[in-house]
Amino acid sequence: MAKIFALLHTQADGSFPKASLETLAAAVNLNTQLGGTLTVGVLGLNAAAAADAVAGCGAAAFLAVGDQAVSQPRYATDAAAATALIQAAGAELVVAPNTSRFARCLPGAAHRVGAQIDTHIVALCGEGGAVHAQRWFYRQRILGSFSRPARPWLLLVDGGVNPAWQGAAGAANARPVAVAFTAEEQRTTVKGVQAPAADAQTIRPDAALLFVAGAGWTKKQKDGQAHIGEAGVLIQAFLRNAKASLGSSKSLVDIRSEGQDTLNFMSHMNQVGQTGSTPRHPKGLSTCCHGEEPHVVGWRFINERRAVNLDPNCGWAQGKADVVYVADAFEVLNKVTAMLTAVP
Amino acid sequence: MTNGFQIVVCGSLVPDPLQTLEPVTTPQGPGLKNETMLPSVLDPWSAHALFEAAHLAKQVAGSKVWLVSLGPKAKLQQLMMTVAQKVPFELVALDGSASGFTDAHGVAAALADAIGAIPGLDKSRLLVFGGCASASRDASVTMQLVGERLGICDQFVGVDEIHVQADGAFSVLERIEGGEYLASTCAGAPAVLAWATGNLPEPPNNPQIGMGNMRGVMPALQKAKPAAVGVGGIAYAKTEIPAQKRQTRIVKDASTDEIAREIVEWIRQ
Repeated sequence: MAKIFALLHTQADGSFPKASLETLAAAVNLNTQLGGTLTVGVLGLNAAAAADAVAGCGAAAFLAVGDQAVSQPRYATDAAAATALIQAAGAELVVAPNTSRFARCLPGAAHRVGAQIDTHIVALCGEGGAVHAQRWFYRQRILGSFSRPARPWLLLVDGGVNPAWQGAAGAANARPVAVAFTAEEQRTTVKGVQAPAADAQTIRPDAALLFVAGAGWTKKQKDGQAHIGEAGVLIQAFLRNAKASLGSSKSLVDIRSEGQDTLNFMSHMNQVGQTGSTPRHPKGLSTCCHGEEPHVVGWRFINERRAVNLDPNCGWAQGKADVVYVADAFEVLNKVTAMLTAVP
Repeated sequence: MTNGFQIVVCGSLVPDPLQTLEPVTTPQGPGLKNETMLPSVLDPWSAHALFEAAHLAKQVAGSKVWLVSLGPKAKLQQLMMTVAQKVPFELVALDGSASGFTDAHGVAAALADAIGAIPGLDKSRLLVFGGCASASRDASVTMQLVGERLGICDQFVGVDEIHVQADGAFSVLERIEGGEYLASTCAGAPAVLAWATGNLPEPPNNPQIGMGNMRGVMPALQKAKPAAVGVGGIAYAKTEIPAQKRQTRIVKDASTDEIAREIVEWIRQ
């Protein structure tokens, strides 16, 4: 009987992030398919209390490490805690969220327990006692289906591919797992999270719309002049009204690192594509961006795609977008924002 | 920081992102069609790590940069023709597959062994740099596994910034969810830093740096040890490019008002 271990972590307020609940749903599903035994482990601030929130998931046991040392994400202490939890669970299959916290520390934990690890899992199923997983290779260009006979096996599940677990809370009676954190493991001090001011945050993972700006916004327009300031105002007004998340092409953010004048609220964090992020949004609107392949690989998980571009032969028109509007993005965005501002 | 850092950058080649990739099955496991013929570039996030390493080495006197690169020897030689002109480094080459389908565990073992064998390596000065993920395997685990094998327990992933103080301690910004950074300080080396893009532009080609580097590159390539990396414990069932071509509707002669109205309706749906 497969021993499945859902390894979750809490967030700053002691509750589970959505990614942890999505992972729990995947683990519960895998456990049903394999007819195994499920154990849930929780790491982080308020771990034992957080376990109560998922008490109804059908796990045979709950384990927790909630020491002060793991109240904030830090490689050394997180890896030590995860190692202890995996060993305490005697886990064969460890299913965990592919969050920044676990992506940082679980490869190390895998090494310490002699496990194999795979990340960015987008599909997971158990069939005939075997476990099959899927993930993307070459930055979302090639989809691979694979398995591993070795155990333990850690699988980090990408966010947004499973529904969040929903069920009854209760008394999980999580067993605390003792970890002897060393001074050596606390040479790193976490100072905290640096976030832009609420009204300046342009990256919104839960937004329904991804708005991508390309380098065209900084180029000379019909009057022979660049209008970067106006572009910035327009884009920010659109983002506010459409409640969209802002993405960028590489060429636009590179302009900044090359010291040229560009949109001051844009950074490499906004970059979507080969060397940027691959966000998940239901819709995406591209503007002033040619839709070259290295950028479009970042759109793999954008369902509905539209683009505004002056070039009818741009990359988006080659089967990469559903609709391409051949038009001036300044004029279109101005009008769209005005319409969004008006009462529907 | 009296003696400077020993900065070892792990980075290899990946297919030029503008190339079309097509998976094929080979006796060794999945591969790419015409893989040996595909033009290659230095893996982009590793390239950022290399540029940041060179920048840091310039700031901290006595520092030195190595580039540990695992790939087919002939392709590494081609790659060095461009990379070696960017920043000064000493190459440690490993001759083996750079495929995205190789197992990260085997790759990490080969890289850690190569780093451990660098003559005069002083762990108290060691910073291991690399990309936070490759553009091939894209697993984001190799650097942590290398660090574990080297016994380094201060590790940072998705790094965009490092500031080193006079005593060798440093502060780091790591990317986390939602466009935010996790800010940390570390007492000093040894540490692993897996870089995101950082903040530096790509350095221009400098023929003088190129000539300096190439004096060491050719001997390093000649004595490159074979690294037996492969798919390891992964049993691949299938690799494919899912059909994704869309029937694009091109709207050419509509007025701005019409286009805006259609976009607004679409956003509100």
